[in-house]
Amino acid sequence: MIQVGDSLPEWHVEATPTFVISTALATRDFQDVHHDRDLAVSRGSKDIFVNILTTTGLVQRYVTDWAGHDALVREVNIRLGAPCYAYDTLKFFGQVVSREEAGLVIEVVGRVPQGDHVVGTVKIEVAA
Amino acid sequence: MNEIEKEAARIAEQGESPRRLARDPVNLPMIRNWVEAIGDTNPVYTDPEAAAKSVHEGLVAPPAMAQVWTMYGLNGQRGGDDPLGAMMTVLDDAGFTSVVATNSDQTYHRYLRPDEHVAVTTRLEDVTGPKRTALGEGWFVTTTSTWYVGDEVVAEMRFRVLKFRPAAKPAEAKPVVSTPVIKPAINRDTEYFWEGTRAGELRIQRCGGCGLLRHPPGPMCPECGATKPKYLVSEGRGEVYSYVVHHHPRVPGKEVPFVVALVELEEGVRMLGELTGAAEVRVGLPVEVVFTKVDDELTMPSWRPRA
Repeated sequence: MIQVGDSLPEWHVEATPTFVISTALATRDFQDVHHDRDLAVSRGSKDIFVNILTTTGLVQRYVTDWAGHDALVREVNIRLGAPCYAYDTLKFFGQVVSREEAGLVIEVVGRVPQGDHVVGTVKIEVAA
Repeated sequence: MNEIEKEAARIAEQGESPRRLARDPVNLPMIRNWVEAIGDTNPVYTDPEAAAKSVHEGLVAPPAMAQVWTMYGLNGQRGGDDPLGAMMTVLDDAGFTSVVATNSDQTYHRYLRPDEHVAVTTRLEDVTGPKRTALGEGWFVTTTSTWYVGDEVVAEMRFRVLKFRPAAKPAEAKPVVSTPVIKPAINRDTEYFWEGTRAGELRIQRCGGCGLLRHPPGPMCPECGATKPKYLVSEGRGEVYSYVVHHHPRVPGKEVPFVVALVELEEGVRMLGELTGAAEVRVGLPVEVVFTKVDDELTMPSWRPRA
């Protein structure tokens, strides 16, 4: 039984260049800063970096990996911070912060060495 | 109302853009690419048998893919009727040429199934500015997108970007740290400690009555009440008991981020100090004291990892 206050296990994603590029293309985001390091650097970035739709996908996966295959994701609300560059380790932390009539609200933070990459909440419904 | 606000009002007035149909219906090959890349092994997305036995009673698409179906693709162009594109052009023309996304709030009313064909509309919700941000002066632009299957709303997103004029780079390429350091207030209770650091000694207050070691210093022993403190010279070795990494606000004389560690000394008391030279800080890290002379008056103790 999931309780308010429960923590999600810490989860680490190694953002290899292959990860950054394959996720950008799988989310159909073809902006050059997500696959071409030379162009990313010329635009002032340290390296290619993870795109937003991938961050959304990782947040969804983090919560459903923990809550189970039948959990229904209703909302993913995220605030974006420091970029997650190739070769960064993206560390996810999460906690159940409240229970609402239809489900649970989980707060999620994803950190990179530069700071918080993503901070947000996910609303899910789980079978009683 | 200035020109940017007028244009924003005009674009917002137009309301929802015409519905734009996704290039392809929701389909298993794209779902497979997505779950492989993200590493999501939930079988409800790709395994028909497992999906049939799940709450979905059949295959579904990952909800976070809602927006993926209507992405423009490699050669796609935003239409002239796209409110976000129109607002970006207005701000580009006003010199706010850089963009960074700040918020994405997605709501999934239901899971999509293979072969469903979604369409999207977008409207401009809000334009706020000019705001001074860490990146430079800019405008926050908020749009709302709605995904439909037929006339049913299946997902929504509120999306916010900061469209900004990049701050002049060379001036702030390196944080300036040549400001004077903050000096401790030295009084009768603490002067033995600072005399010690000048002499290369880490001194711990010891009660002249009962012998209790205590730190930080104080005039009276909390154990026996004696007011004649002495001190012991510590070996200067201990372990990190706890620590913080300080990013903000800036501290005079310090380059952020820096680590402040509470170190449990082998003698038993805990003492605060900056920790430098550690590739990775952790609770339990063995450290030793190091003294840094600031001027003739002040020598600061800090911590460094020991072998």
